[in-house]
Amino acid sequence: MNDLLWIFVSAMVINNFTLYYFLGLCPFFGVSGQLKTAFRLGLATIFVMLITSLCASFLNAFVLPHAPYLKLIAFIVVIASTVQFVEMLIRKLSPTLFRALGIFLPLITTNCAILFLALTQTSRDYSLVQGVSFALGAGSGFTLALVLMAGLRQEASLASVPEIVKGTALNMIIAGLLSLAFMGFAGLFSAV
Amino acid sequence: MTDVELTVSVPGREPGSIRLVATLVVTAMLSGIVLAGAFQVTKPVIEANRMRELRAGVFTVVPGATRVRTFTWRDGRLVDAEDDDGASGPVLYAGYDDDSSFRGWAMVGEGAGFQDTIRVLHGFDPTQWRVTGMHILLSRETPGLGDKIFKDADWVASFDALAVEPPITVVRDGRDEAHEVDAITGATISSQAVVKIINEANAAWLPRLPPPGAEPALERDASGDTP
Amino acid sequence: MTDHAVDSSRLYDEFVKGIWKENPVFVQVLGMCPMLAVTNSAVNALAMGLATAFVLIGSSVLVSLFRRLIPRQVRISTYIIIIATFVTVADFTLEAVVPTVHRELGAFISLIVVNCLILGRQEAFASRNPIHVALADAVGMAIGFAFALFCLGATREILGSGSLFGVSLFGENFEPWVIMVLPPGGFLMLGFILLFFNWVQQRRTLRPSRVSPATREAA
Repeated sequence: MNDLLWIFVSAMVINNFTLYYFLGLCPFFGVSGQLKTAFRLGLATIFVMLITSLCASFLNAFVLPHAPYLKLIAFIVVIASTVQFVEMLIRKLSPTLFRALGIFLPLITTNCAILFLALTQTSRDYSLVQGVSFALGAGSGFTLALVLMAGLRQEASLASVPEIVKGTALNMIIAGLLSLAFMGFAGLFSAV
Repeated sequence: MTDVELTVSVPGREPGSIRLVATLVVTAMLSGIVLAGAFQVTKPVIEANRMRELRAGVFTVVPGATRVRTFTWRDGRLVDAEDDDGASGPVLYAGYDDDSSFRGWAMVGEGAGFQDTIRVLHGFDPTQWRVTGMHILLSRETPGLGDKIFKDADWVASFDALAVEPPITVVRDGRDEAHEVDAITGATISSQAVVKIINEANAAWLPRLPPPGAEPALERDASGDTP
Repeated sequence: MTDHAVDSSRLYDEFVKGIWKENPVFVQVLGMCPMLAVTNSAVNALAMGLATAFVLIGSSVLVSLFRRLIPRQVRISTYIIIIATFVTVADFTLEAVVPTVHRELGAFISLIVVNCLILGRQEAFASRNPIHVALADAVGMAIGFAFALFCLGATREILGSGSLFGVSLFGENFEPWVIMVLPPGGFLMLGFILLFFNWVQQRRTLRPSRVSPATREAA
């Protein structure tokens, strides 16, 4: 139990995928302009991560021991088809949710955080349950970072900033400060 | 995506679905062949690298050891790792010197550190009932602070003859008991984590060790297994 | 003869643009994810740059070679299979040749496969240009990317550990600026570098308006 909690907390805040491992930066900078869309993209990512983690556990158990060199290709195929499948499923089950998420779903395929999740889960030999805990932690950590970033950027857009700092440079520096703040979580869970 | 018209500019030449499938199948097959080839070529080198690294680790924590044998724990006894198919559980290493006589055990422990999981290998001498050395296998601790758990040679050396009963403790005001380790300034949590990991590995493995003198030999005897 | 001259000057243009004018990192801000994570030392940055270069050049050549055979509908899937194959080969090779660097880079080598720079070059360039032009473009882009990685990695290592390629530069009394080799340092350093590029860009656009009145006066 302790182990599951450590995996979750570690993936969520201590080793936050975006702010510590620099994963998913494209959506992190691309979609963090607005709070609402950022939150929805985060939720969709959690969902895809969860399914990817289950698929990766399955692949690790049955396919990859026989052909370890197919790991990367297998994961990419799984992620791409998962996203496609989730998209179809949501469209069928809840058109409202689909309209809310619609455009962001395909974007998730190219999110390196998902591939990193599957690869890390494999290299650390996580079990099915540990993998789920890892995926939930990583997904909520991504959402947290995205939402915080969106909030900060909305505030920053109201401030008066020199022309040359505007845009990517400013976003990078904001992200750096956010990452600095997240370093405070290190040690949160250690042996005492 | 800017000049799509360039690619669709050949009307009436839409390839059939057989061609699409065939392209993918051929690409996938070629890629499979290349990958399998690359895997076959690099596999022995990679395994040799891993083995060398592991040996080097075991030799640092078990003084005098120059050869190593790997065991796992199954059904209440030690089993040679080669006999245990699909073994991915915790392993125990036995170090031997040039004369094939037993020098000590080495075990791997893992746990939460300051930043991320730390993996520690430590040696154990069953006759003296002491830890004989410590080697960090994996750590992402803060550079300049937490990474002293493997960069600070004095601190690493404090594990060279450490009593394990009572369990190892971290002290801040100078060690004076045989089971105590100093905390690293600025990295108290990392040092506590290392000690905790070693204590946990000891708790798991020490009751399983055969009595001193009854260790398995370096060369496997006919029965293959150990008491 | 003129044909040849035009051709070689085009080759040169395609080669040079990736290094400075369209530098994938500093100008296009592509492929950030694997980049920031591995640039905490010059060696790691260089290894990552080389691995990416290998994948980019290899797949560009293949895609350009077979560009007429790959149907448009399945092009992305085909490109990804090709890229993933090169990435896996690079991964195995690094693990066999330089195991310590491979362990530091970890999963980030595999993540080259989702580097938008590589797929972007296949889609936008290699799939619609003959092989020698595609090669020039790929080599240019690869050098540009590796150069950017190296700049970032070297700066962060010098500031954050006081060393370059593991060789200590400032002696005992240097107190390293540790934050620079930690993740926040990656964001901040890239932010500052982009700031510098913006500044250069701004000066360049402002210059003509500053120069023209002066020349008028002179006239």
